[in-house]
Amino acid sequence: MRIGYVNGLKCRECGREYPVDPIYVCEFCFGPLEVVYDYKKIKKVLTRENIEKRGKNLWRYRELLPIDGDPQVGLQSGFTPLVKADNLARELGVKELYIKDDTVAHPTLSFKDRVVAVALTKAKEFGFDTVACASTGNLAHSVAAQGAKAGFQRFVFIPANLEPSKIIASLVYEPHVVAVDGNYDEVNRLCSEIANKYSWAFVNINIRPFYAEGSKTQGFEIVEQLGWVVPDNVVVPCASGSLLTKIWKSFKEFKEIGLIKELGTKVFAAQATGCSTIAAAVKQGTDAIRPVKPDTIAKSLAIGNPADGYYAVRVVGESGGFAEDVSDEEIIEGIKLLAKSEGIFAETAGGVTLACTRKLIETGKIGRNETTVICVTGNGLKTQEALNGRTVSPHYIKPNLASFEEVLKKIGH
Amino acid sequence: MAVKVRIPTPLQRLTQGKEEVEGIPGTITGLIQDLDKRFPGIAERISEGGKVRRFVNVYVNEEDIRFLDAENTPVKDGDEVSIVPAIAGGKQ
Repeated sequence: MRIGYVNGLKCRECGREYPVDPIYVCEFCFGPLEVVYDYKKIKKVLTRENIEKRGKNLWRYRELLPIDGDPQVGLQSGFTPLVKADNLARELGVKELYIKDDTVAHPTLSFKDRVVAVALTKAKEFGFDTVACASTGNLAHSVAAQGAKAGFQRFVFIPANLEPSKIIASLVYEPHVVAVDGNYDEVNRLCSEIANKYSWAFVNINIRPFYAEGSKTQGFEIVEQLGWVVPDNVVVPCASGSLLTKIWKSFKEFKEIGLIKELGTKVFAAQATGCSTIAAAVKQGTDAIRPVKPDTIAKSLAIGNPADGYYAVRVVGESGGFAEDVSDEEIIEGIKLLAKSEGIFAETAGGVTLACTRKLIETGKIGRNETTVICVTGNGLKTQEALNGRTVSPHYIKPNLASFEEVLKKIGH
Repeated sequence: MAVKVRIPTPLQRLTQGKEEVEGIPGTITGLIQDLDKRFPGIAERISEGGKVRRFVNVYVNEEDIRFLDAENTPVKDGDEVSIVPAIAGGKQ
């Protein structure tokens, strides 16, 4: 039974329309396809009151997600905390700062649980029995875990040089992990070929138009948790650029259906200098993305040829935002600053976002009297290798009081 | 010796199944116009109003023309031009 609010798919470039199918590229002009909704119909049912009555998970916005029936996967995903970060705000010299904390996303501790919840529900609706993805790690975890619970055959393709802990965190769910001797862009290209040949639901290839919509829930939650207002600024880490474009879309949709009145948010892109395709384009004032060979400790952002790079640059420009990029050194400092000020341990991508926010404040791109939300998208326990030898050290003592008090004396307590 | 032009799978229907065709030296614009004479319809799939479509990448000897001289990028005998849909990606 069709009870959804989706009209179909539409090419973002030439506007040609397509039915709801596991397709992702316009067969005429090769542009990406996007889901088209019936906002008039949604406006009638999706009110603040209705949303607030629903379960605290991402499906509370289900009318704005591209499913036809009931949610089937990721029933506890989403609705992560929006943490008011007063300590960090003081440290950075701004008035109001929030962390959108997807380090505690259910079940695999990154924002990918959002997109996978939507993608796998859609894969069930399409009738697939096998799901797959090309991944820098976090997506692999989520497809492996949520796919296990949902009863899918699972194939995850990763670059072989990922952090060992990230590989184990996929293997434990016993999917078929295919570790490719190449970087993410090469894995992705291989997966496009595989997707053409095998009838699987590749969440970030042939299911991408549906999958990507799941990212909007992070934006919906930010607005609801701020009390149905948008922030002045939002800082978003960019790999493919998809999350940034979808957060912007989420704000626009809430305005479209009347849940918010004003939309004055500036959207900022955060990248590592070793993979700063989007930031480079923004800084040079062009929307042409020059692919790079990534070289950064922020492996979850290491996409050298970002699929949504062009659109991300456009959103930054349209919203009046900017982009920044930071060195590996600054990324580690960012991780440590967030941990010691707010008690949140983010993965390297979170260090990127933190450090970029700091730069944007210091250069005056983000105003000190404004409200800023920093999107932290993955958990630091996944990339502990990045901090090897970079943390403080334990105090080693003998099992007696005197030895302990030596330490107290040393630290001047 | 002419310019070698590699045609992606989705456009091979227009080139009678050929993966590689010959093009004329000059510029990318001239090359596309000439291809369209021999393979009608191919120009509007690759370009719109004389500009290469956003999600079509054109490479001259493996360099993206966006970082050369765009549609005015010169091509000469012996050069290799590849036409690659940006997100459909795989070579099949």
